[in-house]
Amino acid sequence: MEHVISVLVENNPGVLARVAGLFSARGYNIESLSVAPTPDATISMITVVTSGDEIIIEQIMKQLNKVIEVLKVVDLTEEDHLERETALIKIVTKQGQQRDEAIRIAGIFRANIVDSTPQTYTFEVSGDSGKIQAVIDRLKPMGIKEIVRTGRIAIARDAL
Amino acid sequence: MKLTGSEIFVESLKCEGVKTIFGIPGGVVLKLFDVLHQQNDVEVVLTRHEQGAIHMAEGYAKATGKAGVALVTSGPGMTNIVTGLADAMMDSVPLVAFTGQVPTSLIGNDAFQEADNIGISRPCTKHNVLVKDVKDLATVIKEAFYIANTGRPGPVLVDIPKDVTTESAEFHYPDKVSLRGYRPTVSGNRFQIKQAADEILKAKRPVIYVGGGSVFSGAANEVRELADLTQIPVTMTVMGLGSFPGTHPLCMGMLGMHGTYCANMAMHEADLLIAVGARFDDRVTGKLSEFSPRARVIHIDIDPTSIKKNVHAHIPIVGDVKAVLKELVQVLSSMDGNPASVKTQRRPWLKQVNAWSAQHPLAYQQEGKKETKPQYVIDKAYELTKHKAIVVTDVGQHQMWAAQYFKSGLQRTFLTSGGLGTMGFGFPAAIGAQKAYPNKTVLCITSEGSFQMNLQELAVAAIHKLPVKIILLNNQFHGMVRQWQDLFYEGRYASSDLGNTPDFVKLAEAYGILGLRSEGPGDVEAVLKEGFKHKGPVMMDFVIDRFENCYPMIPAGGAQHEMMLEDPPQLKTARKPSRNKGEDADAVLPA
Ligand SMILES: Cc1ncc(C[n+]2csc(CCOP(=O)(O)OP(=O)(O)O)c2C)c(N)n1
Ligand SMILES: [Mg+2]
Repeated sequence: MEHVISVLVENNPGVLARVAGLFSARGYNIESLSVAPTPDATISMITVVTSGDEIIIEQIMKQLNKVIEVLKVVDLTEEDHLERETALIKIVTKQGQQRDEAIRIAGIFRANIVDSTPQTYTFEVSGDSGKIQAVIDRLKPMGIKEIVRTGRIAIARDAL
Repeated sequence: MKLTGSEIFVESLKCEGVKTIFGIPGGVVLKLFDVLHQQNDVEVVLTRHEQGAIHMAEGYAKATGKAGVALVTSGPGMTNIVTGLADAMMDSVPLVAFTGQVPTSLIGNDAFQEADNIGISRPCTKHNVLVKDVKDLATVIKEAFYIANTGRPGPVLVDIPKDVTTESAEFHYPDKVSLRGYRPTVSGNRFQIKQAADEILKAKRPVIYVGGGSVFSGAANEVRELADLTQIPVTMTVMGLGSFPGTHPLCMGMLGMHGTYCANMAMHEADLLIAVGARFDDRVTGKLSEFSPRARVIHIDIDPTSIKKNVHAHIPIVGDVKAVLKELVQVLSSMDGNPASVKTQRRPWLKQVNAWSAQHPLAYQQEGKKETKPQYVIDKAYELTKHKAIVVTDVGQHQMWAAQYFKSGLQRTFLTSGGLGTMGFGFPAAIGAQKAYPNKTVLCITSEGSFQMNLQELAVAAIHKLPVKIILLNNQFHGMVRQWQDLFYEGRYASSDLGNTPDFVKLAEAYGILGLRSEGPGDVEAVLKEGFKHKGPVMMDFVIDRFENCYPMIPAGGAQHEMMLEDPPQLKTARKPSRNKGEDADAVLPA
């Protein structure tokens, strides 16, 4: 099963390599990985999406905790949480008709048009992975020139 | 007062109580060596190879329990210690390795003798740090020792660029560390310990399975108390040896691939395993799916990742082995149905265990044989030194025989490369142990394959007058490889026959070390006695039966109870175990 794990780490060079190296050395999967600063400048947040059975996930959690520079590890899959991913999608649009259709699809998925040339549009779309995939599938027939995705980030929902 | 980085380095070592470091200088660490040269508190042992230095530091650490220290230069100096780091990582050996680095301004430029020390060592260190600012140096060193020595011990690498060794900063050695991401659990969970006690009293066929964690935690007394109190038989991994006296009636000896018949059978039939600082390594479990099929598992370990990694633990207890066992014993002795009554209840199981032990004890046949049996040499060496020696081994058949026949009940007296199985570990590690304890008898049990991997360190033993007693079991083979080839590759000796090995007696003499040779069983005792009596280091070259195999043996991938106990019939006839000069073209002995 897929798990979204958030890892708070010391903001030191080499920490990311240690975390990523741990996954590759032990043969664990990385489906996506994102790193970003936190409000505390000494701490960074790594969000990693991985998969494995219960035993593997337990090992991953423990192995991450064992890294000296890892401060906290949370398996968000175990609790109620929100996931987001952002994609920038550049499509090729030839005739006017196609351009209208592209704008219509963008509207349905609440994607923003962030760049435009006579031959292309660039959309920005945000959501869970399923939504991003759906947009891509819809735009594909028009001719996708380039896609850039952020990798998933996640946050726990608090109780009311 | 402001000090240079090099002075800070040396002052910090002093603050850590470091007496000895092992290493070799080079361009970027000259200043460090220069400052070391001008003081007398920290002694530098100049080795002949950086691999020698790191294994000496390991031997020093394994013997004392405190971090060993190595100092090497950048590039090739650092890459030469990688094997030792990986070895220390596997066997949880506390080490602090200092490596030189090119000046910070040149890092990343492929400068002369630059290597990515941090990148290369990352997977084989517990932690590593590049010091970019001389102001951080003292704190980094303090943390390095703390991390190496605490929790599950391990190697830490500190990479010091050349400019950091020359620049100055205010020296203040911190007395505490604050590492918010590192807080090892020491005392075990109360509730879990109580549950463990309940299980122990209920169990009919329990086994205590002791690993290296017990040695690092210094838990021999606690292991013994637990065993005595509950009358549970004890087995040890190769790393756990010394945790329980081999002569104790409850001792079953080593378990695993070359463990005793008794220990492996008991593990297989057990209904409860009490794993104490052990990690269910594949050399111990054999085929995992058939490992101790009826056993519930209590797993005590300071490293949570060791628990439930290979084998499910019904009662996991994270904590320092000594602290947890202490509490467990306390809980057990205060419980109703006092463990005393356990003694009667345990009788049938102990009877069974003793029966296994009587059925297939460790044995060898020296009587009536022309050639020396390696086990005989080891047995004699054990008899002559009893519990007074620190035994350091290399890797191969001789290692397993040493593990089988040395029965010491003192921790830190059996030092070996268990997890990584590093040939070449033994001799430098013996030097390190001897350096730590100049007055103890240190035996290096090795064979010509392993010994030739780090023989250059004979110079260090000679110069520092370290009286290591080298017992070289000379079969002119990579014996363990040859054994597998005999058993599983139809006797094709692909690259295992070492043929014309050097004259080790002359080799020792070339270094100014006493060399002795035993040609046959009649010489063994005399050579050992003379070697042990001699004040300095000694090379004792024992010509042994080239074709002796090590049993019991669980073939790789086999189940723990399916042991081979002796040579299969085809091996008994096919070979002619001849070793006399001229008779065997492949085995020309030096005159
Ligand atoms: C550095 C290293 N290289 C290769 C091996 C594989 N290996 C394991 S045992 C062995 C043979 C050991 O020979 P020797 O030291 O002569 O010991 P013996 O088995 O003869 O007692 C080899 C090559 C190893 N363990 N370590
Ligand atoms: Mg050999």
